[in-house]
Order: sequence, then C-alpha cells, then structure tokens
Amino acid sequence: MIVRKSSRGMILLICLALVWMTAACGGQSDGEGAGERKQVEIFSWWTGAGEEAGLKALIQLFEEKNPDIQVKNAAVAGGAGTNAKATLATRMQGDDPPDTFQVHGGSELNDSWVAAGKMEPLNELYKEQGWMDKFPEELIDMVSKDGKIYSVPVNIHRGNVLWYNAKIFDENGIEPPTSFDDFFKAAEKLKKKGVVPLALGDKEPWGATHLLETVLLGKLGPEDYGKLWTGKLSFENPKVKEALKTYKKMLTYTNKDHAARNWQDAAQMVAKGEAAMNVMGDWAKGYFTTDLKLKPGKDFGWTATPGTESSFMVITDTFGLPKGAKHPEATQEWLRVLGSAEGQDVFNPLKGSIPARVDADVSKYDEYGKEAIKQFKDSKLAPSLAHGSAAPEGFVTEADQAVNTFVTQGDVDRLAQTLKETLEQANR
Amino acid sequence: MEPLRPAHKTDDRPGTSVQTRTRIDDRWMGFFLLIPSLLAIAVFVYGFIGWTGYVSFSDWNSLIPRMNWVGFENYRSLFQDFRFQSDLRNTLVFTVLFISVCLVTGLILAVLLDRKLKGEHLFRNIFIFPMALSFIVTGVVWQWIFNPSTGVNLFLNKLGLEEPPVWYVDTRIIPGVEWGQIQFGIPLALVAVVIAAVWQLSGFTMAMYLAGLRGIPDEIREAARVDGAGEWQVFRKVILPLLRPITLSVIIILGHISLKIFDLVMAMTGPGANFVTDVPGVYMFETTFRGNHYAQGAAIAILMLMMVSVLIIPYLVSSMRKEADR
Repeated sequence: MIVRKSSRGMILLICLALVWMTAACGGQSDGEGAGERKQVEIFSWWTGAGEEAGLKALIQLFEEKNPDIQVKNAAVAGGAGTNAKATLATRMQGDDPPDTFQVHGGSELNDSWVAAGKMEPLNELYKEQGWMDKFPEELIDMVSKDGKIYSVPVNIHRGNVLWYNAKIFDENGIEPPTSFDDFFKAAEKLKKKGVVPLALGDKEPWGATHLLETVLLGKLGPEDYGKLWTGKLSFENPKVKEALKTYKKMLTYTNKDHAARNWQDAAQMVAKGEAAMNVMGDWAKGYFTTDLKLKPGKDFGWTATPGTESSFMVITDTFGLPKGAKHPEATQEWLRVLGSAEGQDVFNPLKGSIPARVDADVSKYDEYGKEAIKQFKDSKLAPSLAHGSAAPEGFVTEADQAVNTFVTQGDVDRLAQTLKETLEQANR
Repeated sequence: MEPLRPAHKTDDRPGTSVQTRTRIDDRWMGFFLLIPSLLAIAVFVYGFIGWTGYVSFSDWNSLIPRMNWVGFENYRSLFQDFRFQSDLRNTLVFTVLFISVCLVTGLILAVLLDRKLKGEHLFRNIFIFPMALSFIVTGVVWQWIFNPSTGVNLFLNKLGLEEPPVWYVDTRIIPGVEWGQIQFGIPLALVAVVIAAVWQLSGFTMAMYLAGLRGIPDEIREAARVDGAGEWQVFRKVILPLLRPITLSVIIILGHISLKIFDLVMAMTGPGANFVTDVPGVYMFETTFRGNHYAQGAAIAILMLMMVSVLIIPYLVSSMRKEADR
C-alpha cells in the first residue's frame, strides 16, 4: 500500500510536469512570435543554379542596405514550385505565413490568396516608391484585384519560346519555324534523319500543359486565348479543337521517353543534339548558359513558338505581404529593395529573366535578355495556364490531369469537354 | 486492456474486502495511467480521422474553407473519375503482384538460407539490407536504373536486344479490358515499380520466414521423415502449414504498406503518362495541396483508410479472439 501511495504521488507529479511543460511550450512560441529581433523570412522555390544565385545576390543587396535585419531564406526545391506551393498552402491555412512569399502574378495570386483575404494591399508602398509608372500597366493589373495592388513583380519570364540546336538546324538547312506549317515541315525532315524533332519532358505534368498553352496561343491569338479563361470562348469551340488537333500532331514528333523526363532533361536533349527543338520558358536559357555552359546564338538558338511572334506569354514572379506576417516592417523593406531598379538588375541577369520595371539598365543583360526586354514592351501579354496566371490553381491541376491523359489517348473531344466542364466548376 | 478474468471473481469472498479494494484501485490506477495516451490518440488519431471524414462530405474545394454539406458528392465524382479509377486498378494490381512476388522470393531465400550454409550471416545481411533504406532512396535509384534511355537498357542494348522494354514509361495495359472509364488489366509500367518494391521488402519477408523456419522443431521433420515422407512432401505438408501464421503476418504488413504507398511512386515515376503508375496517395497529395481540393483529398484519404481496414480489421478481430480464448 505504501508503495502504491508513493507511486500515485509520482503520477500526479508527472501529470503536473506535463501540464506545466505544455503551458511552457505554448508560452515560448508566443514569445518568439513577438520577438523584437528584426527578421524577414523569404519563401520561394528558387533553388536551381541561376535562380539561387540571383536570390542570394538580392539578399546580399538587401543586407547591405538593412544591416539590422536578418534574412531567413526559406526556399523549397521543386520545378515550377509545385512542392513549395503545397508547403505554402499548409502554412497559410495554419496561420503561420512566411513574411513574404513568391507567387506568380495573375490567378495564382488573385483567385487564391487575395480571394481568401490573406493578403495586405500595397497601394501605399507603390505610391510612396513612385512605382505606378515604373511597371507596365498590364503587369500591375495582373497583381491587382478591385483596384488594390497585392504584390511586387521582380522578374518577367517568357513562356512561348522555341529553343533549337543551332548545329542540327544548320546541317539540315532548316530555318527557325515561325508558323505551324514550317514547324511540321521541319519536324518531318528531322524525323526522316533520325533526330527527335521536339523534346518534351512531362514527368511533372505541367510540361505537357506548357506546350499546349503555347499552341493555343499560337492558334487562337492573344485575344481569343485570353477569352478562354473567362469562359467567353468555349473549349468546345471548333477553333479550339483545331488547336488541340495541332497539339496532338506535334506530340507525334516528341521523344518516346517523355514521361521519364522533367523539363531540364528535355532541354538537355537539345543541348546534346539528341533532339532539335524544345518548347520551354526562357528559364531554359539560364539552364543552357549557366548549367551547361552553352553559348547563346552559337550553340543554341531561339524564336517564338509557332504563331506567337507578337505575343508574350508572361510568367512573373512576385512577392507580397501576407496578413498576419510576423515582421511586416522588415518585409516592406524587402519589397522596396525588390521593386527598385537596382534590385531588379542585380537579380535578373543571374536568374536569366528580364526585369519587370520599364527603366532597368538594358546593358546588364545578354543577347537574349536584350531582345526579350524589347519584345516585352512591344508584344501583347498573355497569361500562362501551366504556371498559374490564367486560371485558379484547382483548374490548373485538373487541366494537367486531362492533358496527361490526352498525351497518351489523344482524344480531342474528351479533352475539350473535360476542360470546359472543369473550368465551369472552377469559375462557379 | 485485457478483460478481467473470471478467476478473479471467485476470489472475491467476504473477508477479503481489502484485496477487492486494491483491485479496484488497481483498475483505476491503470485507467489513470492510460489517460494521457488515450487522450492523445483520441485527438490526434480518431479526432483527425473524424475531421477528415467531415471534410470529405463538405464542398471545401478551394483555399477558402467552405463547409457546406454535400453528402456523398465527392465520393460520387471520385468513382466516376478516370484518374481515381486508374488508381484503384493500380493499387489492386500493385498489391497483388507485390505481395505474391515478395512471399515467393522471401520463402525461397529463407529456405535456401535455412540449409545452414557457410556465410549465412553475410547473405542474410545482404538480403535484409535494402529494408534499411527509405522508399525515397529506392525510388530515386530504380528510377535511374529503369530509365528507358540511360539505365539498364544500355546493358540490354549491348546484349543485342533491339527494342528493350521502356519500363515505367510504357503506357500499355495488358489485357486492357474496357471497364468504366479505364482499361482494366496490368499496366506494364507498374512492373518496374513492383520490382523496386520487391527488391526493398523481400529481404524482410525472408527474415520473417527464416524466423518461422527456425521455430519449427527438428523433431517434427524427423517424425515426418520416419513416416516415410519425402523432402518435398515434408515441405508441402508439414513446413508450409506451420508457416501459415507467418504468411498471414507478412501479408498484413506488406498489404498495409502497398495500399498506402506514396513515397516510392512519388520518387520513382510520379503519376505517369495516362496515370499508369498513379496511386491514391499521390492523387490525394496533388489534389489537396496543389489543386486545393481539400474535400476531394479528404474523400480519397477516407477511402484509403477503408481499404486498409478491410485488410486489418479481420486480422485484429481474429487476434483479439485468440487472446480472449487464452
């Protein structure tokens, strides 16, 4: 009995200790949240060679300007940010937002985080910094909802670029194709020579969607392409189906092992001369020059994807200020550096993108960059589906699924119908 | 949690009231000791299962939590979904192939090792070693090995094979009977995944069988031999039946791994072209965290739980009965 009593006492003690520990833990984390230490946590998916270098340079610039603020680089690896977006969603839902996070301008920002009421408007910051006429109007529209601006664009990528192996093109006497007819003629010629005409990598399903959106843009033109996402132009429209058929035909010229490759693996085929062409955003240029040490214009060439010469499939990385961020002031400082011409010119040449600002220093960019900066000013902008700018994330994943099935089955009517129905659901 | 044995009752005669009280105290004490873990399990396991179940009946399919009751709508759309139908087919095929191949290889390896051959330790360790790796590592390595243009196919090419298999990129389904929206059969791409999974876990199966074989007394074999049974008959009629409990345990353990598999597929192939290597776990992850279809993801989670329950509950019931019988 004596033993029992003392053991009961022990249990009581243990329980008390547990209660105290839980209470203490709770208190501690609260204390950390209100910590006085100035800090900014930057959430992105920039872990690849060029982009990581760009981010680090940007952080360095920021630290020079704000020596009292500590930067926490919370980057999550994974192409097109698919893993990062999942992590971000969990943190936002759990009311533990990072101080600022990378988000593509357009639907990915507006129809999700802004619609959920999780973002702070930044109109004051834009006015204070005089940014209203420093960024193109169409671009500001992409990061605004109901007149309120929610993020700061740091770079611009072009999605509709056709990369080609210059040597293969020379040897076979092929000119860079500008129309679908030219493309198919070239592809046929290459196929006969035993070269894979078009490299595709859709292990991550957006690879196939990316190719599809450039075909839609090329076939429909920027006006009609834009109407697709609001439902003004149905996916079952004959024009769209025509585009889907073209896409299907293009797929017959791709490598057989596309489902085993991601976008780098596909781009590498062009670099190695195993394939002649590859459709990818211009982050592929960073991959060619930084990772594979190829010379732009000499080893590889580029042109707009067929039919899209005067359009610019814009993918813009932006950073915003989520509601409930722990260090809003430090974050504003970060956004100031991010939006400055100096910041953009530090970041973009390394990342291989072009600045979002119109007044950036053109001389800092390479041959491709200079051309892209000019085209960005002259072209019609079109939002990318595969990268979340055109339609809500829910639709994008379903579109990826439908396209994935289509790549194997090739059922045009079914793809058109699925896309139409899922878009109706997403916009409801 | 063992039920009170009836034997206790017979002890409870008048005059032993002190003892009775201590027993009751004991029971309360036991309960009291269990409270923390009971609470934790109630909240973090059953509470969350309940919450997932609740979400699966709502229309929370965007970032904004909307909790309107929609009944079985999410389940209905799942069962009509091409991808989910493919997932069910793949899970079934994968589970059957994976378990049966593991059982056979495991048993063969165990029987061979049981011959008390030299260096048994070494072989045993070699065979068990893959189990120490995580599925992610296995997935990445086998992804390279089965890469159609660089991996094992380079060997096969050297050996003169003109058109080696394309492994997990293959979109063929054998025999491919039209069924619902999908073709039913064995997706050839899954074979590559099965090989990787078997490589990892057949060593574990072997270890289980080896333990079982070591637990069978030599006397029984001797007796069978004395009765005139040949070696094969001894194995078929004596050893195998005695190994049945081991086989059951292995099936349960491997079955719950394969029904819930996620990491291996995610690292090795992803959903695959035309979803030939997709599994419910991958679909759940993508639809929930990429597409923000929380309700749909919850519905998949509940269905996965039910699939595993089908396997586990009969086992639990039978083992509980055995315990009660003891």
